[in-house]
Amino acid sequence: MSAQTASPATPAGQALRAVLPGGARPPRAGALSATLTFGWRALLKIKHVPEQLIDVIGIPIIFTLMFTYLFGGALAGSTGSYLRFLLPGSLVMAVVLVTTYSGVTLNTDLTKGTFDRFRSLPIWRPAPIVGALLGDVGRYLLASTIVIALGLALGFRPDGGVVGVLAAVALVLAFAFGLSWIWTTLGLVLRAPQAVSNVSLLVMFPLTLASNVFADPRTMPGWLQAFVDVNPISHLVTAARGLMAGTATAGQVGWALLASAALTAIFAPLTMLRYRNL
Amino acid sequence: MHSHPPLAIEAAGLVKAFGATRAVDGVDLAVPPGSVYGFLGPNGAGKTTTIRILATLLRPDAGTARVFGHDIVHQAEMVRARVSLTGQFASVDEDLTGTENLVLLARLLGHSRARARRRAGELLEAFDLAEAAGRLVKKYSGGMRRRLDVAASVVVRPDLLFLDEPTTGLDPRSRNQVWEMVRAIVADGTTVLLTTQYLDEADQLADRIAVIDRGRVIAEGTSAQLKASVGAGALHVRLRDPGDLPEAARMLASALEVPVLPGTDPAALTTRMPAAPDVESAGELVGHALAELSRSGIAVTDFTLGQPSLDEVFLALTGRPATADPATDHDTTEEDAA
Repeated sequence: MSAQTASPATPAGQALRAVLPGGARPPRAGALSATLTFGWRALLKIKHVPEQLIDVIGIPIIFTLMFTYLFGGALAGSTGSYLRFLLPGSLVMAVVLVTTYSGVTLNTDLTKGTFDRFRSLPIWRPAPIVGALLGDVGRYLLASTIVIALGLALGFRPDGGVVGVLAAVALVLAFAFGLSWIWTTLGLVLRAPQAVSNVSLLVMFPLTLASNVFADPRTMPGWLQAFVDVNPISHLVTAARGLMAGTATAGQVGWALLASAALTAIFAPLTMLRYRNL
Repeated sequence: MHSHPPLAIEAAGLVKAFGATRAVDGVDLAVPPGSVYGFLGPNGAGKTTTIRILATLLRPDAGTARVFGHDIVHQAEMVRARVSLTGQFASVDEDLTGTENLVLLARLLGHSRARARRRAGELLEAFDLAEAAGRLVKKYSGGMRRRLDVAASVVVRPDLLFLDEPTTGLDPRSRNQVWEMVRAIVADGTTVLLTTQYLDEADQLADRIAVIDRGRVIAEGTSAQLKASVGAGALHVRLRDPGDLPEAARMLASALEVPVLPGTDPAALTTRMPAAPDVESAGELVGHALAELSRSGIAVTDFTLGQPSLDEVFLALTGRPATADPATDHDTTEEDAA
């Protein structure tokens, strides 16, 4: 068999030769098409490795249930009224923690050599990363849906109605997209997926806990209150709470959108700079 | 600097350092289009780094290179439109199926959805992967993975294909399949730059070979020229009757004009073949010498005329064996850095 396959005129060799030309060269793929193709790749990976959704599903459920029943009675007198306060914060916390996986998956791709091929393709350069982030937005949407559904089941009745809830979710997703660029930068700088995961959680835990997610900052000591007041997570939570309650101001929403734009403006170029010079 | 038609690859003085290690240390190359060019060298010689520079994945610290006349730094996008890369470590996605991997690349290269599906199907068929098309790549064998990897590189016919150690770690049957693919790809008009640790492989496939050591090209030429410079390898002869040994040794020494050494086996003789002007004549010389033994009634039970190994080539060219020194394992350094 081996002697046969080594000679050029075998049927296998002829089949190869017939298929190699492949017809006319297609036109270069557009930026949007390439990006969406990478988004499709991210969704395929979720389909084939559904285990990676454990965090996306687990974090929102655990946080929402745990904090509702742990603090609900103590902080707001009843779980029902605490939900009104907690649920928007729970949504922010779940989604923001899930964003850290963007850096981990990017780093995994990198260590496996898959990106060498992508980087040698004639495509819009940011497409692999932007596409992966679009896929991640799918995960954020899943985490959001779980939090909201769980909240509704527990008795959450937002005054802002359907529109207010959807607007709040959209705002959180927009912020998460901007935030993800920090993790993609980290994902391209650090050497191992585990390191990316550790560093990003190390940053995100204090940021999410030392915020107004769980408690009113007025109950906190002055120094902590000062931190909570400048913490971007607090601003996002305030805006999401406002949207769900139907009381949001343009300033609150605008601030969150601005933060997302600023994060993208700073960290997307950093990511791409690093990506070009890997 | 470049004439018409341009060379597939034209490089001058390429340098790339990782920290204090100069992984590529002044590489010059001239690869004519339509040929297979072999990069021969041990682990850590700088082969992978050179390929990564030429495929626009790494910027050189110094030197210039052009691919079909396009500068790899300033016209990187035009270079990418003409090249394809099959990396040393699987550059296909383990978490996707074979079909999905090829459709993904076909879409990224500009094919419509329908044409991408069709192209993936016909490639899987021709690369003997039709049965595994719907299976996740992580369940593929090493040989199947390699075939998919090569198929992924020809979704759209590249003008230049980089194949980084395409057969390392493969069994002989899979290796032959990869060789056949390389031959078909070249016959289709693609220029191939192939790195290998095996002289045998470079010999089988490459029109010209550059021997790389410590980031430098230390020898360049056709396989025959390289072998001529290091001798044609070793001849081992085994006799039926150990008593014939002195007489056989004398006859071989005079026919081949080289010293003949007794082997550890009392009935065996070994000679290192002389550096011949071309390799064919070494075989011819041996033929005559063996015929002479047989005419004198000396029975030969077994003989081999071995090609010089990479080790022998290295020993001849550098005065030291080809084993990679861990401290200067540039390719590994680079993997770590990435």
